[in-house]
Amino acid sequence: MSVNRRAAVVGGLASIAAPHIARAETLTDAAGRAVAIPSRMERVFPAGPPAAITHYTLQPRTLLGWPRANRGAELIYLDPDVATRPELGRLTGRGNTTNLEVLLQLRPDLILDIGSTARTFVETADRVQAQTGIPYALLDGRFEAIPASYRLHGRLVGETARAEELARFCEDIVATCRSRVAGVPRERRPRVYYARGPRGLDTGLGGSINVETIEFMGAVNVAGGTRGGLATVSLEQVFAWDPEVIITIDREFAGAVRRDPSWAGVRAVTEGRVHLSPKLPFGWVDFPPSVNRMPGLIWLGKILYPSLFPEDLVAFTRDFYARFYHRTPNDVQIAAVLEGRE
Amino acid sequence: MRHGIGALGGIALGTAMLALSVAIAFSVGRFPVGFADLVRALWAAASGAPSGLSPAAEAVIFNIRGPRVVAAILCGAALAVAGAAFQGLFRNPLVSPDILGASSGAALGAVLGIFLSLGIFGIQALAFGGGLLAVALVYMIGSSIRSGDTVLILVLTGVVVGSLLGAGVGLMKYLADPYNQLPAMTFWLLGSLAGTDRSDLAPLFGPIALGTAVLLALRWRMNVLSLPEEEARALGLATGPIRIAIVAAATLVTSASVAAAGIIGWVGLIVPHMARFLVGPAFGRLMPTAALLGGGYMLAIDTLARSAAQVEIPLGILTAVIGTPVFIWLLASSRKTWT
Repeated sequence: MSVNRRAAVVGGLASIAAPHIARAETLTDAAGRAVAIPSRMERVFPAGPPAAITHYTLQPRTLLGWPRANRGAELIYLDPDVATRPELGRLTGRGNTTNLEVLLQLRPDLILDIGSTARTFVETADRVQAQTGIPYALLDGRFEAIPASYRLHGRLVGETARAEELARFCEDIVATCRSRVAGVPRERRPRVYYARGPRGLDTGLGGSINVETIEFMGAVNVAGGTRGGLATVSLEQVFAWDPEVIITIDREFAGAVRRDPSWAGVRAVTEGRVHLSPKLPFGWVDFPPSVNRMPGLIWLGKILYPSLFPEDLVAFTRDFYARFYHRTPNDVQIAAVLEGRE
Repeated sequence: MRHGIGALGGIALGTAMLALSVAIAFSVGRFPVGFADLVRALWAAASGAPSGLSPAAEAVIFNIRGPRVVAAILCGAALAVAGAAFQGLFRNPLVSPDILGASSGAALGAVLGIFLSLGIFGIQALAFGGGLLAVALVYMIGSSIRSGDTVLILVLTGVVVGSLLGAGVGLMKYLADPYNQLPAMTFWLLGSLAGTDRSDLAPLFGPIALGTAVLLALRWRMNVLSLPEEEARALGLATGPIRIAIVAAATLVTSASVAAAGIIGWVGLIVPHMARFLVGPAFGRLMPTAALLGGGYMLAIDTLARSAAQVEIPLGILTAVIGTPVFIWLLASSRKTWT
């Protein structure tokens, strides 16, 4: 143990003194911080799930590991060599589980965080960068910012061509969805209830990151009258809203709601419009809030406006997974994704 | 020795307040169903004639609001009775039903269930079992230490084990998936009856009926038990078995209500004080009054929680915001009625 600690300290001093950082050119990250571009780019430490997923899509060979180890069926859809890299914990503003000495031992060339650029996260980045001497880049994780963040990310890690390709692909999906939805008059937009938790009574309020995809697709979030994050509502309130469509991420709830007498009167249940979101290897609708939600737009489009979204979801999924996740799933594997398996 | 309004007065007032709470609870809510609709639905159910209400309105009455009203009354009565019993048993007005670790144990059971992605029944079963196990553990440790004041040692053991269990809850939250499990744990720990449906009532009613019956049956002996132990012994009362029965019964009702509603503080602390303020400290009349007031109080709070906004207000937050000033006021005005 003392040997490990000594190695960590030596590693840290070596990083601080390393000449390649001192000479490096700098780049302004999404929080307006100057980040030195490392001249050597072999090892990238992801601060949280969005950074890990995005970096995996862009430059898998340099990804040091994952905030949480991939397990079970998730591994089928990822490059086996990269997907099995170790669990590293999180290094975000709150819920910090990474030990900085362990971080130093991993000798990362860059720490990458994608998400909020609020002050908590900016100060975490500054502090960790000062403590470890390792460049710490903070990119904007908002849905709208995904293409721009890809381009900045590409310049940081020297992968501009691929970053441009992925950014364009995302821009195309977003633009297609936006233009198709824009023409739908408000009264023809389905009123959607987003259900989480085993009871299905946790939901995302207006503007919350959890319902970002649903609201982007022009659906009327029945809980959108109150702005905020996640909240619990009563079943009575769901009856009062009487949603036409229920989108859920909870397999337990999706299975139970069709047989549950308490939910029997809700219109979406009566009309068979309860939809369980795909979540292999990463969620399509809610979390993690990253590029993994792109196919969720097409999936939601087909649910909300069947006539406007003629895409073949199987073909689309195959193409997206091959392009972003470096592995082409077969039809059985795609069917498992679309069923919402975990 | 006359306190307040006497035994019958206390029961009458408690019943009146409970009835008022029920009437209000059935008349308000997010779905437009009022008291008249309830009467029509009940009449239709009794007579077999069609009620003329929409299926959604009937679902609200029989599957949603009805079960929730019943659950709130049961939980409130349970916590109040358990609180009154523990305040007497430990001879301390600041004691609440979770003093021996029932809530902490139930919390650990529930977050473990969420961590393991169990279904609703599994989570509730683990919570209930966790509460019972925690108190059993506290009682075993506490009674194996043979020095000084038995009751004091029991309370201190409860505090210590409770904080260990709290650390276990913290560990589960730390290890949980931050996107999905962590919010579920947070919401559960704040307390809510939002998800109650009819299938929840049987597992809630059984333990609460049993435990409350035991506590009500023992209420005459509690007067003696709240005397210092030597005096109780001198009066010829075997304190050991009665103490075990009281702890077991109070734990049973507390664990059942925490399993159904999550962590709800304050009710078990302040309702016994309200009851004591009304009818005095003699347990014979204190216990039934506390049960009725607890049911009515909890129901009133839950009605506020579900109808004040589109979003539920967590019960744990409401009970604290309302409970603190009420408790301070009770402390200021009822000092003389303790013991």
